[in-house]
Amino acid sequence: MRAGPTFKIAFRALRRNKLRSVLTALGIIIGVGAVIAMVGIGNGAKAQVEAQIASLGQNLILISSGSTTTSGIRTGWGGAGTLKIEDAEAIRREIPGVIAVSEEVVSNSQIAAGNQNWFTRLLGESADYFDLRQWPLADGIPFTPQDVRSANKVCVIGRTTATQIFGNENPVGQILRVKNVPFTVTGMLTPKGLSIQGVDQDDVVIMPYTSAMKRVVGGTTLRNINVQVADAKDIVVAQQQIIDLLRQRHNIRAGRDDDFTVRNQQDIAETAAATTKVMTGLLGAVAAVSLVVGGIGIMNIMLVSVTERTREIGTRMAVGAHGRDILTQFLIEAVSLSSVGGIIGIVAGVVSAKVIAMIKEWPSLISPSSIVISFLVSAAVGIFFGFYPARKAAQLDPIEALRYE
Amino acid sequence: MDNGSTSRNGGLVHLDDVHKTYRSGEMEVRAVRGVSLDIQQGEFVALMGASGSGKSTLMNILGCLDRPSAGRYILDRSDVSGLDRDELADIRNSKIGFVFQGFNLLPRTSALENVELPLLYGKHRLSNAQLREKADAVLASVGLQGREDHHPSQLSGGQQQRVAIARALINDPEVLLADEPTGNLDSRTSVEIMGVFQQLNERGITIIMVTHEPDIASYARRNVVMRDGLVQSDRAVSQPLDAKLEAQKLMSVDESPKM
Repeated sequence: MRAGPTFKIAFRALRRNKLRSVLTALGIIIGVGAVIAMVGIGNGAKAQVEAQIASLGQNLILISSGSTTTSGIRTGWGGAGTLKIEDAEAIRREIPGVIAVSEEVVSNSQIAAGNQNWFTRLLGESADYFDLRQWPLADGIPFTPQDVRSANKVCVIGRTTATQIFGNENPVGQILRVKNVPFTVTGMLTPKGLSIQGVDQDDVVIMPYTSAMKRVVGGTTLRNINVQVADAKDIVVAQQQIIDLLRQRHNIRAGRDDDFTVRNQQDIAETAAATTKVMTGLLGAVAAVSLVVGGIGIMNIMLVSVTERTREIGTRMAVGAHGRDILTQFLIEAVSLSSVGGIIGIVAGVVSAKVIAMIKEWPSLISPSSIVISFLVSAAVGIFFGFYPARKAAQLDPIEALRYE
Repeated sequence: MDNGSTSRNGGLVHLDDVHKTYRSGEMEVRAVRGVSLDIQQGEFVALMGASGSGKSTLMNILGCLDRPSAGRYILDRSDVSGLDRDELADIRNSKIGFVFQGFNLLPRTSALENVELPLLYGKHRLSNAQLREKADAVLASVGLQGREDHHPSQLSGGQQQRVAIARALINDPEVLLADEPTGNLDSRTSVEIMGVFQQLNERGITIIMVTHEPDIASYARRNVVMRDGLVQSDRAVSQPLDAKLEAQKLMSVDESPKM
């Protein structure tokens, strides 16, 4: 009924106490700003982890050798040479839905070309590897299944390695000596960035696994087998079939532990996501506490304000204000403080998330829902913490209030 | 004195055996113990009495801030003794203008916005332009043109009280109720404010003024004296002081010692 004038009255009252209004809103500004910034950074971290996991490739099952030996000594993933080339071939042959398999050998090695040398990670893979990891070449061509069969001295290098060894020169067609064995660089990969563990994935030399085994690393066992299935819904079934197949091939009796470890991409993604989720939750909770503190600040100031303005309230009542008008006025004051504080806090939160993201080189992701929710919460904080002081004001007796010193 | 009997129920303000009793614990305080009073349109009444005489309580009842415990109060032909809080607030808004001892202006708020205050709680919604127009007019009528945007702290006591009077007048009230309007003012400014009251009264505005100062009461045309919750005396002032003449006298007193 009298909403318009009441808004006018409330805004005039707020304007009268500019500094106090700003300081009161500051609690909410900081609270909302903290929520927005923290959740933004948390979401950014989550998105980055998800992107890194997606960069592994799609629908992957990762089989690592080792885990438990008969003596009970656990060697960790890839520790014991229990995976054979024949295992990989059996998977390729017998597991339905498998579209790509890459036998993997991992090593580190000194490499050199011309007068430059560099220590880098060495991967032996099958020709399927680049499709499986969804890792296209920036330049040149990948090695072929024929190269793998013949253990040819060819390799593909990552962007970091290329820069370290060849500088600005085009590496394609150049000779790269790996442990003094000359390899021809057939291609250079597109940059992929850091892995989840923070390893530079572009600092790598990838060659046929056969070449790695015969010419560089030695040995006859595989570190890992990477398997890609056609459809995400086949992953769980395929994973179980792989376990059964490998147990049978490795003659592991029932009740004994596997001598290999099978993980799928979703497991990895879920673990990583759970970690960031906990972190986002913690940050959000800390920020939410500051929002409540901001709300209590509003209540405190509104209570002081009601006491201090008792005579004003008396005067308003004397000139015809209903209790309801006073209640609405103080509620509007509280809600204006909290929601304007909320809006400024949202802006401050978005800006600080971006700034922190820029300085620390973290990603940040401000979701529209977090903005809407923070705004609604800040308005609700105003109503919740403003109601008690407002009701106190509305219930004052005009005679007492007019006489109040 | 005889106007009370000729126009029973016909007066602007009609109190009929009004009582007010406060209870604080076991104690019962009978602040007003049966007051009957008639005030006609256009009167200028001073309500006097020592502290504890019940004049403030009677003032609160007249101002619809409080309800009588017993008796009837008829304001402008309607019985207001049984109204609830909100109804009383509406009566105060439309029919009564208050002037307080301490001015009761909103701090850090322009004279104009202070004067507009009762309009904001009125029944009629007015545009900003209409608010401004009405407030400007009433401020001008109390001699405050050009000070519309001053805050109370930038105004003298007399000017602040004029702003308060303007606020009291903005809704064209039936009665102007002044509670010790000169209590916080020096004697010269008091005379100035009495001048404003007399001008308003000449324009036909009914004024009821509570005061304990006899010389201030002598500007009114009727003095009602209360004692122990009852009307002790009620008489017309035969020769009310003229604020204009008094102001001139004060001026000459100020000038003479310098000679």
